Amino acid sequence: MSVGKGETHALFGPNGCGKTTLLSTIAGIPRYVVESGTITFKGVDITHLSMHERARLGIGIAFQHPPTIRGLKVLDMIKLCNPQADAEKILEDLDFTEFADREVNKGFSGGEVKRSEMVQLLAQEPDFVMLDEPDSGVDLENIKVIGRAINILTQKDAKPSLRTKSGVIITHFGHILDYMATDKAHVMIEGTIVCSGSPKEILEQIKANGYEGCAACLCPV
Amino acid sequence: MSMSRLEEKAKKAADKKAALGTDIDIESYEAEAEEFGEIEALEMLPADVQTAALSAGVSLTGEAAGDYFQVDQSPVHRGSAVEGVEVMDIASALKEHSYLADYFWRLVPIDADKYTADVGMHPPAGYFIRARPGTKTIFPLKTCLFMGGKNKRQRVHNVVIAEEGSELHIITGCTTPSHAGRGLHLGVSEVYVKKGAHVTFTMVHNWGEEVEVRPRGASLVEAGGSISENYITLTPVKSLQAFPSATLAGEGAVATFSTIMYARRGKIDIGNQTILEAPKTSAESISRVVSTGGEIINRGRMVGKVPDVRAHVECTGLILTEKGRIYSIPELDGWCGGLDMSHEAAVGKISQQELEYLMARGLSPDEATSVIVRGFLDVEIKGLPPALKEEIQKITKLEEIHGGS
Repeated sequence: MSVGKGETHALFGPNGCGKTTLLSTIAGIPRYVVESGTITFKGVDITHLSMHERARLGIGIAFQHPPTIRGLKVLDMIKLCNPQADAEKILEDLDFTEFADREVNKGFSGGEVKRSEMVQLLAQEPDFVMLDEPDSGVDLENIKVIGRAINILTQKDAKPSLRTKSGVIITHFGHILDYMATDKAHVMIEGTIVCSGSPKEILEQIKANGYEGCAACLCPV
Repeated sequence: MSMSRLEEKAKKAADKKAALGTDIDIESYEAEAEEFGEIEALEMLPADVQTAALSAGVSLTGEAAGDYFQVDQSPVHRGSAVEGVEVMDIASALKEHSYLADYFWRLVPIDADKYTADVGMHPPAGYFIRARPGTKTIFPLKTCLFMGGKNKRQRVHNVVIAEEGSELHIITGCTTPSHAGRGLHLGVSEVYVKKGAHVTFTMVHNWGEEVEVRPRGASLVEAGGSISENYITLTPVKSLQAFPSATLAGEGAVATFSTIMYARRGKIDIGNQTILEAPKTSAESISRVVSTGGEIINRGRMVGKVPDVRAHVECTGLILTEKGRIYSIPELDGWCGGLDMSHEAAVGKISQQELEYLMARGLSPDEATSVIVRGFLDVEIKGLPPALKEEIQKITKLEEIHGGS
């Protein structure tokens, strides 16, 4: 799998196929060990870099189930992500100002957790952002806000040729894709990317025939 | 109790070992202290003394309701900025107010152990703070017990009386200069919270690595009154043992204990107990302790004597290094039906998931650990005036607090 500069890709696949594992491995979470192959980012082999080194190189991730950080306020978290970030504007953009003094993720609803993740990523300004189901358990209003944030993160307001930021998004139902732009989609089955192509086309296929359809397409009887 | 009777009791207890904590050879510390004269203003204190006070949470600038500053056995400064609040040294107060005899050694028995006995057998030094009925202070009263000399034995006896409907916020910084060697601090504090009065009593210990500390505290809360006691120790001591108690004697009285402890080395045995003697009283004891090599025994005890009381103990601890010990002992002692007491306790390590989360945002493992530990120690202490809250936050944010490194 290769994501080019300025591109945003969607990653589909049935539960347990390895989507989250792939993103976690790229992020460098220690319990995910690369047994073969390499991860290259901006021309650098990052396969064996530690998590924070990858983050400092420009890799960002929105977690599906992030932990609560007791005693750390959202505003302070923004400053930790990036001391130069315009926290006020970011919070405002994501309609999150009233959460500035709340402890990170403490007692947040599903949609609030997702917005909190987006706030942190907007501060971090990664060159490559990975989003693990930013639309799961989120109502329509929140999906719109999150979609807008993803478009900012992936510079969708800039001309395609001028974009430098890239991203990968995991989505189950593809709701979020109505509010954000993707250039390419992949289907993963049992840990392997089995199909790549137009996001719209692939999503329609999955909606019509399920992942069984993908499997059938791969191994026609 | 008459002074001669007290003296007699103290003498009998001169060799009585304390129930808890390592035993200390009191006589290995000098009893006599150099005398220091009074100063006009706190700003006249030497710079190293001011720095030591600051690191124990007592900033000598900023607004205060009053202050008391003691060096070894000498009260060098005291004053009140609020009409209706009296701040005196205890020796003068005992001479001036005959009623004080009824409060002196009433909550802490003079013969509790050899440490209280030692305090009792020597001329008293410490603060007397009294808020007259209905007097409410907004700013904290800043007090500092400073042990300057080497190999000294500092003995302190404080009495606080919050009369009916009054409000007092006291912060006491107990400290030595950074270069001080071995020393022993014995401190007795008796706090009286009368009907409908509210007191916050915050004690910050910032001693040297060779200092042994044995505070002995007790408070009595009458109907509708409340006390919030906070104990903070973030710098190493040789040994510290304290088990202050609060007695809720009147209906609806409330006690809250918060303990924040960070031990790189040394032996700490700290805790508190609340005795709920009247209906509709409630108590909460929350402690957050961190060991990076030190030994911490962390006690929280509730004694429910009557029905219709509520109490909760929370003892949580993090051990960040291979060595280090945290022994959490929540205790619930119910003496009748119809009461509600609970506890939760945990001893463990920093969550890997939390570490990874912060590292994904670019923090190194050490930085992430430090953020998590500070957050863990950042206990929301209820009922504090903002000025005091800020001071406490500053302490828990000191650079000295590291993670496992």
